[in-house]
Amino acid sequence: MTDNPSTPTPVIPPSQNRRSFLQLLTASSVTVGGVVVACPFLNSLSSQNTTLEQNFVDIDISSLKAGQQITVTWQGHPVFILNRPTEALQALQDASLITRLRDPDSKELQQPSYTQNWHRSIRPETVVLIGSCTHLGCVPTLKLGAKLGSFYNCACHGSRFDLAGRVYKSMPAPYNLPIPPYTYLKPNIIRIGENPKGQNFDFTQIKQI
Amino acid sequence: MTQDPEPHLNQVSSKKHTFSEWIEKRFPVFSTFRREYIQFPMPRNLNIWWAFGAVLCVTLLLMLATGIFLALSYTPSAEEAFASIEMIERRVPSGWLLRSLHMAGSNLFLVFLYLHLFRGLYYGSYKNPRELVWLSGLLLMLMVMMTAFAGYILPWGQMSYWAANVVIQAISSIPFIGEGLAHWLMGGSSPSDLTLHRYFVLHFAMAFFIIAVVFIHVICVHVVKSNNPKGIEPKTKEETLPFYPYYVAKDGVVIVGAIILLVLLAFFFPDLLTNSENYTPANPLETPANIAPEWYFLPFYGILQLIPYKFLGLLLSVGSIMVLFAVPWLDRSPIKSANYRPLYRIALFLLVLSFVMLGIVGKYHSHTGLIWLGRLALFYYYAHFLLILPFSARFELKRTLPTSLLDEKGHK
Repeated sequence: MTDNPSTPTPVIPPSQNRRSFLQLLTASSVTVGGVVVACPFLNSLSSQNTTLEQNFVDIDISSLKAGQQITVTWQGHPVFILNRPTEALQALQDASLITRLRDPDSKELQQPSYTQNWHRSIRPETVVLIGSCTHLGCVPTLKLGAKLGSFYNCACHGSRFDLAGRVYKSMPAPYNLPIPPYTYLKPNIIRIGENPKGQNFDFTQIKQI
Repeated sequence: MTQDPEPHLNQVSSKKHTFSEWIEKRFPVFSTFRREYIQFPMPRNLNIWWAFGAVLCVTLLLMLATGIFLALSYTPSAEEAFASIEMIERRVPSGWLLRSLHMAGSNLFLVFLYLHLFRGLYYGSYKNPRELVWLSGLLLMLMVMMTAFAGYILPWGQMSYWAANVVIQAISSIPFIGEGLAHWLMGGSSPSDLTLHRYFVLHFAMAFFIIAVVFIHVICVHVVKSNNPKGIEPKTKEETLPFYPYYVAKDGVVIVGAIILLVLLAFFFPDLLTNSENYTPANPLETPANIAPEWYFLPFYGILQLIPYKFLGLLLSVGSIMVLFAVPWLDRSPIKSANYRPLYRIALFLLVLSFVMLGIVGKYHSHTGLIWLGRLALFYYYAHFLLILPFSARFELKRTLPTSLLDEKGHK
């Protein structure tokens, strides 16, 4: 489209300026128009109105025995509810385990403040975790073994988490498993998606899902 | 602008290797674009009728863009199709806009297509050497009609369902192969989930086949060059104008007009061209009281009703399009433009009138008084192509054709 450089520069008649201006004007209005037209198209791809979707789930955990885990869905995420046996709870405090963890004290914002403790839960035995590996989002599998032999293993790239969802060092996953806001409505009924009274944890603020 | 387009291409080495030159040597897109869309010689006397090709291209792009984005939110199953359309209308952000643009666009597509086709008939754009332009254009029209029909089924409302049922049942009247063909097109004995899947894929895939045939159509035009209102070929350079900026600007004005028409339809009259019955979910147990196709199929629907024999009706209905394919060979007159053919001009006016008449029959079929008027129109429709076109040239008064596209004063 460029003119051949070897040809002598022609004298530009006055109308040439006018034409260049009109061309510029046309091109810019076409560009602006194109961008405006693109808006509704891209807008249609944005997430839909979710007011009708449930923001919380209530789970009855009365039949959950020690060592058992159930998986429920909350806002499209798998949520693990695990009833940890006493020896598994003891293992969480084991000094040799803690040295092998990346963030043993849950310093990164991956959980509500009311679960920022050694067992990462409200009640020590029952833990609620988002079952989505912080590496690339696969669902880790629970492996139960004796003492330190219990852990979550991610099948995709081998990331490993302890039974409080804390990630081991030198694993591809950078952070501990996230914990959703939850509260006990009754002694045996957990509501996922709602904070206990007086708490205002915002799940969208966590480091990484 | 009229210099040797690419003098540097012949040089062994050029000092300045720009990126565009690198591409150009391997894939001459820049020189081709310049030759076909900048310098391309167009007859200098084209009127507004020659803008509809460009308008149709823009409409096709609009249909493609809105269609792809609608397909992202649409579910082609008998269970969920209707609900997913409602979701597009109510819950998908800007979904209502995309859908009304797609619906208004489909109607305007057919409006422009009929105008484009009429232009070809009036100015004899199908005559030597433009036969392939005409044939590829008719193929495009058939493909667009098929796509429009398939698209109409997708909302899975009452009209969608019964349109699919009636049309496919009509196909079953073809002797020998009809039953099998209808069963194959339907995926069963009545419209079902399978039917919907098939027509969704047909609708979607056809859009891309149409683009391919548009390329063939445009290449054909660029090889033989555009016809013009005088119907004589330009012989000198003075009789032509470069495509840019003259016809880019002229087409641009008509395209803007078409866009205004489109948004008027989409924003202010979204219900004008849709049937409210199609906002009732498909019900295989109840046929709507007033079943009529979209306006652009009314003449063909009218023909189906005029003939008391099922297969003959189908034959004449489909034949009314098929006869157009033979027009370059049915028309024996060497004069292209109807401006110089007084008899043909009247005949063509009557053809348009009978086409509209057939459409009216399609719309108000219960009115028996229309039947004989309709049959007269149908007779004329075929007589125009099979009798008037081949024989009118003999009776047409000798008219002297202009010798140049420049007007009498010799204006440049």
